[in-house]
Amino acid sequence: MIELGFFIVFLACGFIFGQRAEKRHFESIIKREKQTISLPVVASKYPPEDQLYDQVLVSGNVVVASDYFKSFTAGLINIFGGRVTPFESLLDRGRREAVLRMKDDAISHNADWVFNIKFETSRIVTGRAGAIEVLAYGTALVPERTSVASSDTSTADNLVTSPAISATRTTPAT
Amino acid sequence: MLISNLEILPDRRIVRHIGLVQGSSVRSKHVGRDIMASFKNIFGGELQGYTELLHESREEATARLVEQAKSVGANAVINVRYSTSSIAAGAAEIFVYGTAVELEST
Repeated sequence: MIELGFFIVFLACGFIFGQRAEKRHFESIIKREKQTISLPVVASKYPPEDQLYDQVLVSGNVVVASDYFKSFTAGLINIFGGRVTPFESLLDRGRREAVLRMKDDAISHNADWVFNIKFETSRIVTGRAGAIEVLAYGTALVPERTSVASSDTSTADNLVTSPAISATRTTPAT
Repeated sequence: MLISNLEILPDRRIVRHIGLVQGSSVRSKHVGRDIMASFKNIFGGELQGYTELLHESREEATARLVEQAKSVGANAVINVRYSTSSIAAGAAEIFVYGTAVELEST
């Protein structure tokens, strides 16, 4: 009887606090995604060759726990099969949060791009229920200070110097 | 030491490929954190203790990778990959590996 009471209390707590936490988290994710939209994150391996960049490895990680209600409903869905929506939203939150943290890291380096983004998801065992860890990492391309200076000076006579610069820069690469 | 998960450095020439370098770290938090985490599992939300733990662990693994790369005379590690596996309750192994190379000095 007491166990049933605990179960109902946990379920109610999980439902109320869990749903509220998730809603707030999604709101904050959407807000920050809009703020950091100017930094492009690309899954390509090949960096642009038009400008000189320093490469810095940036990463962001987050551990998000599932709540009691989610775990319970997921267990129910498991019986019948189908989409486990409670965990889908959990993983989505985790991934987007990890990308945002990676972007923050890249922004702190004054990066222009993040290339070759990779995701790592792993289950962290914490007693009974699960939590997931999402890691997002990639290479931030930071414009080289020397090249910034030279491009600043060359903006005035951009048309004159740029073909020569592009010619010298593309030849070693090809 | 340049660390990157790209394979190409457009403006630098790779003089020598040295080979695989790696670093790993296994860490766990004290019991108090684990108890806190199990409470969080009722309400949901971020487990900040674990986020920090794994972040520190990753930094340590990367530091070991850098150390190894230095010892073999590399000045850059390219194509770096991370891998995580949870091995016991509250402990996780972080593994990082990449290719050590020597870049042409500029």
